Amino acid sequence: MQITDEIITYVAALARIDLQESEREQAKNDLGNIISYINMLNELDTTNVEPMSHTFDINNVFREDRVLPSSEREQLLENAPSKQEGCYKVPKTVE
Amino acid sequence: MNRLMDLSSLQLAQKLHNKEIGVVEATKEMLNAIEHSKALNIAITVCEKEALAQAEKVQKRIDKGEIASPLAGVPMAIKDNICTKGINTTCGSKMLYNFKPPYNATAANKLEQADTILCAKMNMDEFAMGSTTETSYFGQVKNPWNIEYVPGGSSGGSAAAVAARSAFFTLGSDTGGSIRQPCSFCGVTGIKPTYGRVSRYGLIAYGSSLDQIGPIARTAEDVAAVLDIIAGYDKADSTSLNQSAGGYLAALKGDVKGLKIGIPKEYFTTGLDEEVKQSVLSAAKELESMGAILEEFSLPMTEYAIPAYYIIASAEASSNLSRYDGIKYGYRPEKSEDLLDLYLKARSEGFGREVKRRIMLGAFALSSGYYDAYYKKALQTKALIKKAFDDAFNKYDIILSPTAPTAALKLGESLDDPLKMYLGDIYTVSVNLAGLPALAAPCGFTKSGLPIGMQFIGKPLSENVLLNTAFAYQQKTNFHTMAPKEAVK
Amino acid sequence: MNYEVVIGLEVHVELATASKIFCGCTTAFGGEPNTHCCPVCTGMPGTLPVLNKMAVEYTIAAGLATNCNITRNCQFDRKNYFYPDLPKAYQVSQLYLPICTDGHIEIDVDGVKKTINIREIHMEEDAGKLIHDPWADATLVDYNRCGVPLIEIVSQPDMRSAKEVLTYLQELKSRLEYLGVSDCKMQEGSMRADVNVSVNPVGAKEFGTRTEMKNMNSFKAIARAIEFESKRQMELLDEGKRVVQQTRRWDDNKGVSLAMRSKENAQDYRYFPEPDLTPICISQEWIDRILSQQPELPEQKRLRYISEYSLPQYDTNIITTYKALADLFEETVALTAMPKEVSNWIMGDLMKALNDSEKQPEDIDFSAKNLAKLIKLVDKGAINRNIAKKVFLEIFEKNIDPEQYVQEHGLQMVNDTSEVKAVIETILANNPQSVADFKSGKEKAFGFLVGQAMRELRGKADPALVNQLLKDLLK
Repeated sequence: MQITDEIITYVAALARIDLQESEREQAKNDLGNIISYINMLNELDTTNVEPMSHTFDINNVFREDRVLPSSEREQLLENAPSKQEGCYKVPKTVE
Repeated sequence: MNRLMDLSSLQLAQKLHNKEIGVVEATKEMLNAIEHSKALNIAITVCEKEALAQAEKVQKRIDKGEIASPLAGVPMAIKDNICTKGINTTCGSKMLYNFKPPYNATAANKLEQADTILCAKMNMDEFAMGSTTETSYFGQVKNPWNIEYVPGGSSGGSAAAVAARSAFFTLGSDTGGSIRQPCSFCGVTGIKPTYGRVSRYGLIAYGSSLDQIGPIARTAEDVAAVLDIIAGYDKADSTSLNQSAGGYLAALKGDVKGLKIGIPKEYFTTGLDEEVKQSVLSAAKELESMGAILEEFSLPMTEYAIPAYYIIASAEASSNLSRYDGIKYGYRPEKSEDLLDLYLKARSEGFGREVKRRIMLGAFALSSGYYDAYYKKALQTKALIKKAFDDAFNKYDIILSPTAPTAALKLGESLDDPLKMYLGDIYTVSVNLAGLPALAAPCGFTKSGLPIGMQFIGKPLSENVLLNTAFAYQQKTNFHTMAPKEAVK
Repeated sequence: MNYEVVIGLEVHVELATASKIFCGCTTAFGGEPNTHCCPVCTGMPGTLPVLNKMAVEYTIAAGLATNCNITRNCQFDRKNYFYPDLPKAYQVSQLYLPICTDGHIEIDVDGVKKTINIREIHMEEDAGKLIHDPWADATLVDYNRCGVPLIEIVSQPDMRSAKEVLTYLQELKSRLEYLGVSDCKMQEGSMRADVNVSVNPVGAKEFGTRTEMKNMNSFKAIARAIEFESKRQMELLDEGKRVVQQTRRWDDNKGVSLAMRSKENAQDYRYFPEPDLTPICISQEWIDRILSQQPELPEQKRLRYISEYSLPQYDTNIITTYKALADLFEETVALTAMPKEVSNWIMGDLMKALNDSEKQPEDIDFSAKNLAKLIKLVDKGAINRNIAKKVFLEIFEKNIDPEQYVQEHGLQMVNDTSEVKAVIETILANNPQSVADFKSGKEKAFGFLVGQAMRELRGKADPALVNQLLKDLLK
């Protein structure tokens, strides 16, 4: 399948990945090859086959509505690369 | 003192419990062995301080007679995508190069509760995406049998460590073959449990509906003993199976009389290396001589497993890896102009090529207009694959196959043709799609001295059958006892 | 050109569970940033969700109370997008198989009944909060709210005026409050609405292009926003221009809606079934149990108040709309057996007090016991109405015990006829001009004298008695 510039740009944007010019051609080729191969699934007759997202028939896994102690804020924020006043910090985000 | 490192985990444990050897001494041995095998680049983090502290603690418990686990005191290592509290967990990626989880994965916790000693976090393909352990941000891992060859992936570090006698046992993870294939390439034994058998809490997700943690060691007994510790229901994981677990070591009888072994025709056609084919078929014959019943059969859907797998795994990965954005943890670019720039820079600079490729493939498969043709189609294919196996297991107790079409490949030869690399997963991915347990064990060597592994696939929750079969085989053969020359020095 | 305004609502309601939807952190409002969090709700690597059963129960209850079908096999899906308030970069929600479908609510707008259809109700998790730092070029992120369970109630575009919208919202709010599944505090954000507005020429076959205004959390703002936005769209169409489908931000201060900075491409959320959560199978038994626990809902209450207490429609509507008022009413009636009196106090003095202090019925924090005592004091003539009104305010603000208060402040009504008579005689003696005015036909002078007498008696006399005695003495 032809992975066009448009498709690769769209998909990279969806994934928030910035492809350098050099990477872009390679990505187009690689994805093109992979998707062409994957297209063989079209041969398979899946009429009336229920898509199976969960392998085993488990359902209704619940927990009781009980409050448990939250984490110490220090601990949570320890890995944060940028923080201020007990919050994670990001560049100004305008709605 | 390499002889100590030659012991199996259970053998070591016995000596520790008999007080022939001290825990600290054994731990130091393993730490030294890791150091000496540095050229293989098997470890990302070595936690010497923590290991020795834990060793002292466990020694005291042994002295007081307080230990309960058959593996208490045994030093080990864990793949670096399994969270270990206070110790770097990087997933082999720049994106998490400095991430210290404030929690243990359930499996890591259980090993700690069982008084084993964590010595190191093992190198792996970045975010578990790969079959050669060449994509790690921390450098590639080398196969201890021949350092020009790959150890397999993504649990390359974990498998290589065991083969090189730098670890008694390790934990790996398997989404499409990432325990089994490196075990085969490195001549060691490992098992991917039934989906949900081992808790995924704390396993940094790649393909959520496919991932499982599993043990890697040199003997089936060791693997069984570790599985006894880590398997079981975990209420923190909604996909965890609420069925009784354990007793795997105790159930090893070594008797395979009457065991019905199915051999799928489709797995032994062109594309399978002749040496691998012969080794695996010999192993089948060996089992037959022990009383197993072999039968060739047709396993449909074989050719559709790889496309279905790559769609599903990549789709889930694209979602699972979206959280890596430089805001809450991990790599953050020094400067970014605005929020979008932060996202783009963090993810473009933090992720390697294979990861980016799979994320984009996954995003594509889920995107508007393509969802039905790709993701939904893959889920339907998955249903058909599961049915094919269910049907097969009506007739057979286990399915025997090669683990990979070849033995280990040379370093640097796989990454430029990703599709070709994906095709090497032909025997392993369908197992994850169907949620089945599967074990890999050594069954021969190539003329050039590289290990060959075979795979046993079982029906859900039949780990005991797989382990018993491997145990029986290992009573009669000695492939699993061979060591790479370097290790024995 | 005559236009029709078409409005649809997506109402987000925070469920009143004690803990979050997928972890044990508290859902309590407020708190220092990031102190109600854990590795699960902050999306740390390797963590997994486990579903809060109560969230499911509350959602089923909400569905049953709005006449929905309950989906027997439903599941969660991931909605993928990047935004700093969403730690996993996906929101666990339901697209393919929402838990409730095809419901409806009857509303009554100025006597006209109308059915508003509900397309679906689905469960999802709330996101965190962004705090904009005005001094630095940065935004701060607080994840306390992440993981609070939400239901999203999606209506069909059945509403045709702001009034219908507010009535629908109020009815929805009442039912959810009655069920106890949410405190519906709009000012705290536990209930907010995305308002979709479009206009089309009357008689047109299709709806016009709609715009969306998100996260609106006040009835007044919603009404204003609908007025403004529908007018804006009509003007565009009149000028021959197109309405652009977009999300707009309502600026309540300026009274305008503004196009938001357009995000690239309409969002492609790439929904797919959540692999970390199992499907939910809802049995008939479960549904029946929840239905059997359903409390009396507003409509039923209304009918009962009218038949049992003979309350007028108007009073009934107001009181039953707010659970807090209905509860107060019923408890006070139980203690006094005087429904009309109780209703009057609620409709009169209480509503005024609420308005004056800009509080909501759910903010009432005095006891029915004290209100009942006050009513009984008036009933047996211990205090007069004017005093009672003042005492009521004390109850409203400080929940004082009226019996104690009246004692302490000596507010008992002066009933002693001779005492009152003596005071009146003094007033008459001191105001000869007024007496003369009255006798020469100036009615107003009577009122003046009554006022003087009441003042002298510090307002504690029975006005009826004062009137009577004054009349007698002036003869």
